[in-house]
Amino acid sequence: MAYSFPEEVLEHVFSFLTSDKDRNAVCLVCKSWYEIERWCRRRIFVGNCYAVSPEIVIRRFPEVRAVEIKGKPHFADFNLVPEGWGAYVYPWVAAMSAAYPLLEEIKLKRMVVTDESLELISKSFKNFKVLVLSSCEGFTTDGLASIAANCRNLRELDLRESEVEDLSGHWLSHFPDNYTSLVSLNISCLGSEVSFSALERLVARSPNLRTLRLNRAVPLEKLPNLLRRAPQLVELGTGAYSAEIRSDTYSNLAEAFSACKQLKGLSGFWDVVPSYLPAMLHVCSGITSLNLSYATIQSPDLVQLVTQCRNLQRLWVLDYIEDSGLEALAASCKDLQELRVFPSDPFGAVPNVSLTEQGLVSVSEGCPKLQSVLYFCRQMSNAALVAIARNRPKLIRFRLCILEPRVPDYLTLEPLDTGFGAIVENCKELRRLSLSGLLTDRVFKYIGTHAKKLEMLSIAFAGDSDLGLHHVLSGCESLRKLEIRDCPFGDKALLANAAKLETMRSLWMSSCSVSYGACKLLGQKLPRLNVEVIDERGPPDSRPESCPVERLYVYRTVSGRRVDMPGFVWTMDEDASLRFS
Amino acid sequence: MEFESDLNLKATELRLGLPGRDESEEQSSSCVKKNKRSSSEMDSSSEHQESGPSAPKAQVVGWPPVRSYRKNVLQQQKKPESDGSGMFVKVSMDGAPYLRKIDLKCYKNYFDLLKALENMFKCTIGVYSEREGYNGSEYAPTYEDKDGDWMLVGDVPWDMFITSCKRLRIMKGSEAKGLGCL
Repeated sequence: MAYSFPEEVLEHVFSFLTSDKDRNAVCLVCKSWYEIERWCRRRIFVGNCYAVSPEIVIRRFPEVRAVEIKGKPHFADFNLVPEGWGAYVYPWVAAMSAAYPLLEEIKLKRMVVTDESLELISKSFKNFKVLVLSSCEGFTTDGLASIAANCRNLRELDLRESEVEDLSGHWLSHFPDNYTSLVSLNISCLGSEVSFSALERLVARSPNLRTLRLNRAVPLEKLPNLLRRAPQLVELGTGAYSAEIRSDTYSNLAEAFSACKQLKGLSGFWDVVPSYLPAMLHVCSGITSLNLSYATIQSPDLVQLVTQCRNLQRLWVLDYIEDSGLEALAASCKDLQELRVFPSDPFGAVPNVSLTEQGLVSVSEGCPKLQSVLYFCRQMSNAALVAIARNRPKLIRFRLCILEPRVPDYLTLEPLDTGFGAIVENCKELRRLSLSGLLTDRVFKYIGTHAKKLEMLSIAFAGDSDLGLHHVLSGCESLRKLEIRDCPFGDKALLANAAKLETMRSLWMSSCSVSYGACKLLGQKLPRLNVEVIDERGPPDSRPESCPVERLYVYRTVSGRRVDMPGFVWTMDEDASLRFS
Repeated sequence: MEFESDLNLKATELRLGLPGRDESEEQSSSCVKKNKRSSSEMDSSSEHQESGPSAPKAQVVGWPPVRSYRKNVLQQQKKPESDGSGMFVKVSMDGAPYLRKIDLKCYKNYFDLLKALENMFKCTIGVYSEREGYNGSEYAPTYEDKDGDWMLVGDVPWDMFITSCKRLRIMKGSEAKGLGCL
């Protein structure tokens, strides 16, 4: 019976499996494969930090080298999750510092990270290489100083869009003089100046530097100093792209750019002065990723820059690009895969730019590889959505945000059900969808019927009744994350589809019609779910059971209720009714 | 377009929703307390709620779904230059009793600008040359740049000139001799 490969051979074979799905499948084959695999798994992804405890992870996977953890729900980005809700990384770091001395990578998203955690990271892992803090908060530049001072083998320090309390720009000087292994540095979110001379010296002694994303405070005049010391850069984020108009500044900049023959990605561009844009023209043909979403430049200059980048695959831009610019984009950039158009004046009552549904239609017509869209606009029509769906059946992500809630098809004044219906029917590989505009329960019927590969759905100000929610929960087989705000969805659909929630990572519902009673019932029926009622009006018990809760966050977990809840979060479980006195 | 009041604005808008929807929007925003991130931009815009046609509408927390960082950055940045407000600079001429103002954006190049100045002040400025400046003319156009220095008009490309010019002075030819020789 013993005709299995030696462990070492199996381990070697497993080492070629990189996806978690494959590794998880391997674990189910037999006990010995489970054992072998768990000892050789090196990367862990925890999509919800409360779905599992650090202790459970460590017990099962003793030899991990890289950890990625996500904390708060996505709607936290839009201030829908009150501060203090949770997602603290410290317990994870504390547990891992004892269990994983060889840990090399920590990637966190929407978590609360303290200076204490950063210091502990810097002192616990001798071979620490990669720290990515995406949309995190809770730390200061002092924490960064510990990382700089102690992580001798650090390769990547990426603070993308985190909120950092800026105590001093001198943290950068804490990198020792003999530290030369920097590959990627992203400090674009930092508010105040870092010590430029320290930055210059750091760049000069980092021959492997590939990614450098500066913060706004780094002046344009000084950019050439950095570029000259790092002509091998692949990704550059500029600081403020403005300076007094001087020919020597310009020629310095143009020369420095032309020496960077490997540049593929550009970002930054705060405060752009258009006269300086042509300095970049030489690198445009190599650019595949361009983030101009902070660049408040108008159409002619903007379009000229974008259309020069003929190999563009990803473009993030403000709506200053307008329909005409998007048409030009569609004509020049045939490799475009991802487009994000952000609003320059999200709260303005009247449109400030000429950007309509037409721009997106043009891009869908002209760019055969388009798969990922995020588009903010003020008007939409079913006809346009149908056209987009027919043009691009291979769309994977489609996120449309019509600025005003509940706006109908501007041509027919009908709901946009048909349009979005066409999207889900034609785009069979669609994995992510965000809806907006006037929508009835019908759109959810279409989604439930057709969106079989849909993993994440965002709904706001839509639907008529519980039927809408029921269609989604009963029809979308691949659904993992559902986030809903301000919709008339209530108890019936939720309770009828309770079991579905155990197959998903999480459900968020805020300003809907789910009653406290239903939440309690859900918590009692499904012990493997944490049903969190997040309500700032005080204990839900102080109101009638039929009263809707402010926010509901339901997620599956193997660790039971969490112990770090603030005063405005209540977990519904079997003992819920006994817990309140 | 003139709007008389918020009520009229709502009536003419192409917004269809069930009656009572607006009320529920405001309810949801008042139920939810503001937290740290939303405070600055929410407060400043809620001041504008009742005033003026171009004021932002009554805001709902977290809508549109734009991250705070992005909202803050857009608010902090200067608006793009071509917002139609013009580029007015003062023009003085030696001996003239009062100054004039012109909009540099009205002109496409130096030729147009100088012709306009000649018309305005009834003088002759002549032709620019790199070596001689405006030598030989009765008057020479000069400008104060962003550094506060007085420069001869014509030396730098037009685009660079209009962004760095703070004011113009039409000097008597005899005084301008020195500038032309630099």
